[in-house]
Amino acid sequence: MEQAPPNPRVFLITGSRKGIGAYLVNHYLAQGHQVVGCSRKESEQKSPNYRHFCLDVSDEDAVKQMFAAISDSYGRLDVLVNNAGIASMNHLLLSSAQTAREIIETNFMGTFLMCREAARLMRKGHFGRIINFASVATPLKLEGEAIYAASKAAVLSFTQIAAREFADFGITVNAVAPTPIETDLIRSVPREKLDQLVSRQAVKRLGEMRDVANVTDFFIRPESDFITGQVLFLGGV
Amino acid sequence: MSNQERVETAVYKAVDELNKQLPKGSHVEKSLDAVLYGKSGKLESIDVVTLIMEVEDQIKAEFGTAITIADDKAMSQENSPFSTLGTLTKYVAELLNENGASPA
Repeated sequence: MEQAPPNPRVFLITGSRKGIGAYLVNHYLAQGHQVVGCSRKESEQKSPNYRHFCLDVSDEDAVKQMFAAISDSYGRLDVLVNNAGIASMNHLLLSSAQTAREIIETNFMGTFLMCREAARLMRKGHFGRIINFASVATPLKLEGEAIYAASKAAVLSFTQIAAREFADFGITVNAVAPTPIETDLIRSVPREKLDQLVSRQAVKRLGEMRDVANVTDFFIRPESDFITGQVLFLGGV
Repeated sequence: MSNQERVETAVYKAVDELNKQLPKGSHVEKSLDAVLYGKSGKLESIDVVTLIMEVEDQIKAEFGTAITIADDKAMSQENSPFSTLGTLTKYVAELLNENGASPA
């Protein structure tokens, strides 16, 4: 087993201003960890153990600057949670190229840039836990979510290969694939569509943020050093 | 110290960092003739990746310039920059020149 870093650990959670990201920030702050977050807008999180960066996760220069600041301030990074993501539900025939690009940029390029920079920092301590966000939209082949599901399929494939390439550095890379959870991401999805989706799950209920935290808790445990390249679909999808 | 010597020093510091992670029999000699990759090289591909990252870090620390060594340009060179420490040092100096850091 790899030597786990001492507590408190240093976390980076992207898309941390609201939704699942904000929930995970509070979850890990409550456990006494140091948490860095980022989003396009300012955060309302006031904990002295929290530091926020305003950036677009697909902006390479901004991402590099944030990691330089993390390296200067904390000297290491133990956990990266790549939560930032956007969605746009629309029929393919009506989808704009601009919207498609934005989804790919945020969901895939953002994940790639964060993983690369995080692994460069994590390798120095020969320990790291990276958790990406896939989606049940990919295996369920949701109509109206073609671009979003494709971006998450890219994240899934990327996760499995990154796990192999980072293993020699003591870094695990896994993904959690949530079902719909009551957040802004699904606000525009009609209730009827959500009900149809939930009916295709083994456990027929909307996901909750604690369901996601349960998975991230599992992936980051020191004892989970033999678990990498895995994608955990919630709700029995 | 000339800028060329600063590049060499940075590369050698990167070698020191790499050697800390290698078994003794696999250490890279701090010589411009040291073979990195290829038929007579003794480094695994993951070790070359580590060395390249260490060189980028050392160059950033020495010159304050962020360079990307393993890009399409490096891969398309007739003579690989990753053959020896000498070819790597020369290529890094060229990159710094292009970035306006004037190492040569």
